[in-house]
Amino acid sequence: MKHFKTTDINELNLIAVKIRKHIIEMLYRAKSGHPGGSLSAVEALVALYFNHMNHNPEKPYDPDRDRFILSKGHAAPVLYAALAECGYFDIKELKNLRQIECKLQGHPVCTYVPGVEASTGSLGHGLSFANGVALAGKLDKKNYKVYAMMGDGETGEGQIWEAAASASHYKLDNITAMIDRNYLQIDGRTEDVLRLESVRDRWSAFGWNVIETEGHDIEKIIKALKEADAHKKQPSLIVLHTVKGKGVSFMENNVDFHGVPPNEMEYKLAIEELNLIQKKLEALP
Amino acid sequence: MVNPRNAYGETLVELGKKHPNLVVLDADLSKSTKTIMFAKEYPERFFEMGIAEANMITTAAGLASCGKLPFVSTFAVFATGRVYDQIRLDIAYSRANVKIFATHGGISVGKDGVSHQMIEDIALMRALPNMTVIAPSDATQTRELVKLMATKKGPMYARVGRANAPLIYEKKNDLNNIQIGKGMTVIDGSDISIIACGTMVEPALEAQETLKKEGIKARIIDMHTIKPLDEKLVTQCAKETNAIITAEEHSVIGGLGAAVAELIAEKNICTKFYRLGIRDIFCESGDPADLLEKYELNSKHIVRKAKKLLKN
Repeated sequence: MKHFKTTDINELNLIAVKIRKHIIEMLYRAKSGHPGGSLSAVEALVALYFNHMNHNPEKPYDPDRDRFILSKGHAAPVLYAALAECGYFDIKELKNLRQIECKLQGHPVCTYVPGVEASTGSLGHGLSFANGVALAGKLDKKNYKVYAMMGDGETGEGQIWEAAASASHYKLDNITAMIDRNYLQIDGRTEDVLRLESVRDRWSAFGWNVIETEGHDIEKIIKALKEADAHKKQPSLIVLHTVKGKGVSFMENNVDFHGVPPNEMEYKLAIEELNLIQKKLEALP
Repeated sequence: MVNPRNAYGETLVELGKKHPNLVVLDADLSKSTKTIMFAKEYPERFFEMGIAEANMITTAAGLASCGKLPFVSTFAVFATGRVYDQIRLDIAYSRANVKIFATHGGISVGKDGVSHQMIEDIALMRALPNMTVIAPSDATQTRELVKLMATKKGPMYARVGRANAPLIYEKKNDLNNIQIGKGMTVIDGSDISIIACGTMVEPALEAQETLKKEGIKARIIDMHTIKPLDEKLVTQCAKETNAIITAEEHSVIGGLGAAVAELIAEKNICTKFYRLGIRDIFCESGDPADLLEKYELNSKHIVRKAKKLLKN
């Protein structure tokens, strides 16, 4: 089996840079897609796929595997890049994102790509899907865990709250949901579009164990994941405080990059910036 | 008179023994859909999801992804229209092995009115790639079709009505060769074919008797599977009889009648044709029999339309 999991934080940070470069590359080639919400979720996926989750790219359908469900399906590039770096499929495939006759559809499709657990893209579904997987796990007395990532804007969907109530009703402590709290959605600031605060109070009121953490600090994310796993009788939510477009200066907190890919100049600038970060990390002892 | 809903509940209990992976989900209507029978027998495999249908549908998809065989039930209006997006992405596109079994389809729901009278469910489900669409005609057939649904993989939608219905198939033997996707010739005839599904098969049979007395030999087809449509059987009917009437407790848009019309038009088959169904309107509250009379969905209207069609 390819060695891809590590506990070394520096190594994990390097993987994060690599994934960011893939994202920029993929979106530039595809000439469409969603940079902002892909970049904000990088550290969470790195923490899950390269450290925390029990999974094996050689056995993508192992019934005992932990599952990750990307409810915010428009962040497909970060999921594809993470899966490819783990070894679920050839990294060369990434360049075909969104192209005709390619498995890497604009939004993830479970029947096309090994490692993609659920077809998403219509917002609000992922947590319900996670509930189904978690209920099956309880029924079969399996120890696997289910992780689901939502966008913050996505939690405007009514189905999220149906799912939140249901997970708590069934005491699905084998679920850890995450919210990529980057405070931005297509039409502007989340608090201007459809107020979400207090995120903590709302989810607590629905019976969830709420943990908040800095969403670009892999060490802290791993700590939060462990804390969530250890919590019993309630589902856990990790609110990841993130920056939309994280890692590329001119994309950071810039809502214009929600669903617009970089042009040639922006692409070159972005890769240069990421190369600099990579070099700094590589220079660390 | 037997209720197809009871047949569904009883069959689930029977299947529960045979299929340890079978799970049932309901949205606070288990007493009406009769999934409560399964809930009593297998409480650990029954999930009461509350009044939260969207979550129910996607949860079923998640369960199916782990090898479970979910049967999901609620009223037809909430099992399709309310959750179309969830069915589309999580079940149909993802080819999830989820069986949606809806009750209270059509206008014979009666006094609850339009909010509960689902007449577009077949159209909605038919439009989805990968989806099989079924409408059993009586309790015996419901039993057999539910068993087939459990053994055949893939997304499926089935709907029955609310009311008790006479048994068309008295014995299980009448249905020995039943297959999903194959229509059944209940009575053969050479003058006109009446292709019916679900609650309209019984009135079609009544109409056949009336027509017989007037010297018209009607062929009655029970088209329990609307998708995939039994194209061979429809083509035969078009070629061997002088006219086709389709009959369904559903809108004429997108349902059985539309499926038959599309087929014969594309095959360049020239035949006299009429779709008996709800003619692109919302109905109203009322006694089921009165509604079926007013909206022309009983044997009397089938007879009238058949005679008119043959005369033209």
